[in-house]
Amino acid sequence: MALLRVENLHKRYGHEEVLKGVTLTQEAGETKVVIGPSGTGKSTLLRCINRLTEPDQGQVWLEDLEITSRRSDINQIRAKIGFVFQDFNLFTHLTALDNVRLGLTKVRRMPRAAATDRAMAELDRVGLAAKAGAYPAQLSGGQQQRVSIARALAMDPKLILFDEPTSALDPELIGEVLSVMIQLARDGMTMIVVTHEMGFARSVADEIVFMEGGVVVEQGPPEQMFRSPQIPRTGEFLRKISELYGESS
Amino acid sequence: MNLSAWTEIAPHIPVLLRGILVNIELLLGLISLGLGVGVVTALVEVYGPRPLGWAAGAYTWFFRGVPEIVLLFLFYFGLSQFGVPVSAFFAAVLALGLRSSAYQAQIFRGALQSIPHGQMMAARALGLGRVKAIAYVILPQALRLSLAGWSNEFSSVLKDTTLAWGIGVVEVMRQASYIRARNFTLTLPIYITVALMFLVLTYVGNVAIGLAERRLRVPGLEGRR
Ligand SMILES: Nc1ncnc2c1ncn2[C@@H]1O[C@H](COP(=O)(O)OP(=O)(O)OP(=O)(O)O)[C@@H](O)[C@H]1O
Ligand SMILES: [Mg+2]
Repeated sequence: MALLRVENLHKRYGHEEVLKGVTLTQEAGETKVVIGPSGTGKSTLLRCINRLTEPDQGQVWLEDLEITSRRSDINQIRAKIGFVFQDFNLFTHLTALDNVRLGLTKVRRMPRAAATDRAMAELDRVGLAAKAGAYPAQLSGGQQQRVSIARALAMDPKLILFDEPTSALDPELIGEVLSVMIQLARDGMTMIVVTHEMGFARSVADEIVFMEGGVVVEQGPPEQMFRSPQIPRTGEFLRKISELYGESS
Repeated sequence: MNLSAWTEIAPHIPVLLRGILVNIELLLGLISLGLGVGVVTALVEVYGPRPLGWAAGAYTWFFRGVPEIVLLFLFYFGLSQFGVPVSAFFAAVLALGLRSSAYQAQIFRGALQSIPHGQMMAARALGLGRVKAIAYVILPQALRLSLAGWSNEFSSVLKDTTLAWGIGVVEVMRQASYIRARNFTLTLPIYITVALMFLVLTYVGNVAIGLAERRLRVPGLEGRR
């Protein structure tokens, strides 16, 4: 069974239909990179998956659990799906350690000592154990994003959704975040990553999904998408963003 | 006014202190009531369902629009007329406390609304329910941001406690008027003493709030002064 299935997802904002029937399947351990022009509904898609935004129509399944069912406990499901935001959204009033620990103690109800050990281990995994006591404002953007990845990892997620995790970063800080993500992909984490980082897509994506106008235009393994896209528009877009963003990492 | 007036006032100091103690009790009662109701009102206004939000809006509009002295009379005489006999002290705490809650609600509401939406989103994405997200993520930030505004409210209600005089609470102003009634030559020294007492209280209170503010300060989360 697929780890995640998105079926015919629709979302409308006022008169504008932002998602016009998106269908995706994601296997455990797979890394999917979602690309597409601005305003195409990539963020909306990610937010509909864990219902931070309520979709209008369609279903999302996490294994045999229907996320979109009104009967499912959405908080319990969200605890299983990590979300990494473009602008980090670390809790401003908490240290790095407490940011990572909050979900453990308040959602998973882990005893404090165990939660501290776990949180420290995750901070160590992203290379920031030494910054455990720092507040978000005392960290660089790259460090903040790594803490936010640790915060997601601590929950033992089945899947992590990344919404342009490096877009808010100065160019010299992008690498440190990407290398954490590359390591995660290699360790077998299941991830959906919205990004313009084509180097990352090429080296770790199992599949690239090209979205435009609220639909999936084309999807396939990076080799195929870069070398011989089936739809001309895909090749056009890939060339454009490779030029724009280069291929760091 | 001469020096003898000042020496004559010394024996009355304990009475004035007993009076100001009542003001302090009023203050503690009304400001905690105002804090509790104020936080709840602000939460309802920002996160509650529409109709409740409107009710909260009407509530703050009422308590900010009616003069304090009128509120005191309304509560003191009004409640007993409805068959709820209340002491003047209790009526004062209630009237001034609810009034303060309306002002405090404004402070908290502004602070709640200034927390970026991403904080709530990140909290919900972790699996925190709405109530937990508010309790662990939003409120701790909002309350810190409120401290500056809250210290203004503190100074203001501290002084307002003297209005309880109007419904017969035996606080410092009433004690002062008793002393003065027996000896008019003491009028000025008495009120100067009372003024000094309030200046000291305001000072001590603001120092304490300042200390709390410094203790609770978090880099990147500054109150707007
Ligand atoms: N909360 C909202 N209310 C109204 N419209 C919205 C809302 N969120 C998104 N939209 C609109 O939906 C469309 C898709 O937005 P979305 O953020 O999903 O696009 P995106 O592909 O992530 O774009 P970008 O690359 O700029 O992040 C946009 O036109 C946007 O203006
Ligand atoms: Mg987006």
